[in-house]
Amino acid sequence: MKLLVFASRRLGRLLLTIFLISTIVFFVIRIIPGDPALVVAGMDATEEAIEAIRIKLGTDQPLAAQYFQWLWKVVRFDFGESLISGQGVMDLVFQRFPLTLSLAVLGILISIVIAIPLGVISAVKRWSAWDYAGMAFSQIGMAIPSFWLGIMLLLILAVKIPIFPLFGSGSIVHLILPAISLGIARAAIILRLTRASMIEELSKEYVITARAKGLTERMVKYKHALKNALLPVITITGIQLGYMLGGAIITEQVFSLPGLGRLFLTGIYQRDFPLIQGGVVFVAIIFSLINFTVDILYSVLNPRIRIE
Amino acid sequence: MVKSDTAKAVEGESMDGRGNSEQLLQVWNLDVSFELERGTARALRGIDLTVETGEIHGLVGESGSGKTVTSTCVMGLLPVPPARINHGQILYKGSDLLKLSETERRRIRGREIAVVFQEPAKYLNPALRVGEQITEMLCLHLEMERDRATERAQELLELVGLPNTRRILSGYPHELSGGMKQRMMIAMAVCCDPSILIADEPTTALDVTLQLQILKLILQLRDRFAMGVLFISHDLAVVHEISDRVSVIYAGKIVESADRDRLFNEPLHPYTQLLLLSIPDAEKRGQRLKVIPGRVPDAEHIPEGCAFHPRCPLAEKICSQEVPATAEHAGGHTAACHMIGKKWINS
Repeated sequence: MKLLVFASRRLGRLLLTIFLISTIVFFVIRIIPGDPALVVAGMDATEEAIEAIRIKLGTDQPLAAQYFQWLWKVVRFDFGESLISGQGVMDLVFQRFPLTLSLAVLGILISIVIAIPLGVISAVKRWSAWDYAGMAFSQIGMAIPSFWLGIMLLLILAVKIPIFPLFGSGSIVHLILPAISLGIARAAIILRLTRASMIEELSKEYVITARAKGLTERMVKYKHALKNALLPVITITGIQLGYMLGGAIITEQVFSLPGLGRLFLTGIYQRDFPLIQGGVVFVAIIFSLINFTVDILYSVLNPRIRIE
Repeated sequence: MVKSDTAKAVEGESMDGRGNSEQLLQVWNLDVSFELERGTARALRGIDLTVETGEIHGLVGESGSGKTVTSTCVMGLLPVPPARINHGQILYKGSDLLKLSETERRRIRGREIAVVFQEPAKYLNPALRVGEQITEMLCLHLEMERDRATERAQELLELVGLPNTRRILSGYPHELSGGMKQRMMIAMAVCCDPSILIADEPTTALDVTLQLQILKLILQLRDRFAMGVLFISHDLAVVHEISDRVSVIYAGKIVESADRDRLFNEPLHPYTQLLLLSIPDAEKRGQRLKVIPGRVPDAEHIPEGCAFHPRCPLAEKICSQEVPATAEHAGGHTAACHMIGKKWINS
């Protein structure tokens, strides 16, 4: 019951966030110098042709009218057509989204699988070989730029030892190397946080109680401390997933993957305003949804959060 | 209730009788130090302490005097290192806990010797349901089925005076008030029918009105489970309220120990006498509150001779040279002071 109240309050906040972002996107696009109609029509277009495009884009109307039209579009989830290809913006986004989604999920899975066990072991066996290995991995993982790692992975595992395909997309095999190169940097962050969080929890008083109750060391660490230690880890992991769902521009470029990142990048180069507007709102919605899910998950695991 | 194998083993050993079978817990000459970067801290300097079945033994002293180290050491939860147990014995039903393996000690913790801590808000796990925190002990120590354990947990919560036990079981500690949390902690401590309950300042974090309720609950449970209780506190009034026997600890040494009434009416050690004079008293309203000058020495810098001599109004030359021996002065009344029978404090 309390959870339901909490969830509906968070849902309200989610809708408010989306409204605010739509508003900000609308005005930012209008503040940026340059008339989209000029871009679309080209340098040599006549005044009439430009005017016709303005009418088509709706930019001839007063700002207030444009704003309400825009909000109506957001509500219907219809962001018009791309100025370049003429396809619906959402059609374009949804063509690319499955690839970005699989890449992000795979990337986050790889980072969780590496980071959480290693982080926990580092904390439990502090100053051991495991801990040093974990810290070294974390330092290196954070320092390596993901494009360099991507190129190295390609050189070694696709060129020298051709286990993985060099480029292309369509199957999970194509996604493994990009997911690793995305996942390593995230793993480094999540590992540090897991280790720090676990060390902190192990020093809490309730751990003394757990030992005083005669529980086994395993129960003390992996039931009592770990459940508390994972709370901040879940939040950070959710945020990382949110970032990755917005498209990984560099990684997609290195591995020539047609994901959201490249779609938006092209849109920006080509001043494809409907695409940019739609894309930003789409990413914002995805990000908010992830945050919403994380909040709900967090409150299930940490009941204290529900009473605010 | 079925006792675990370890418990049987421990009981079996006591049969061939090393000590008095009444003596549930005997701490003998326990000496504990901590190896710190800034030097060696002498936390316990050979303390003796006994807890009999059904007895509440109050251990009273200022903060830093070694009360909590004593309880932590009896529980077997001292971090070694930095802690070091130099010598001594902790006999539980006649067998030395310090000689047991970690697994054997773990089986005694919570099952045979349980503890209630000072601040329930910090000492309860915020992320586990109240029911789980109790039933996990029942399932582990008594090998109960989950359903049976839940039933038992509910009975225990009723026993410690909590309302709506079903709802509390499926809730979390943060939903309980301070007093209720301490009741839950007590329910958890007694859930496996332990022989000894260590109560480490269990009322210090609570309001005065709640303190009395919790003290009554501990008395009631002592009778119900026939437990020996080691009651640790800095509060003489609370100790007077609850204890059968009282020991006063100063700088890691028991300076005086006697039956409650004897200790409060005829204290022998000047430290005990000064402590009793420092209790605010309605009859002495308007007078200046007496305080003991100076403070408890650091465990790294314990004075030569009697550790209390720098603060003692009766101190003579011998007090700074020789550690006073603990001597018995009347039935079970022991004290360690050179000046007993020679000088006393005029109140």
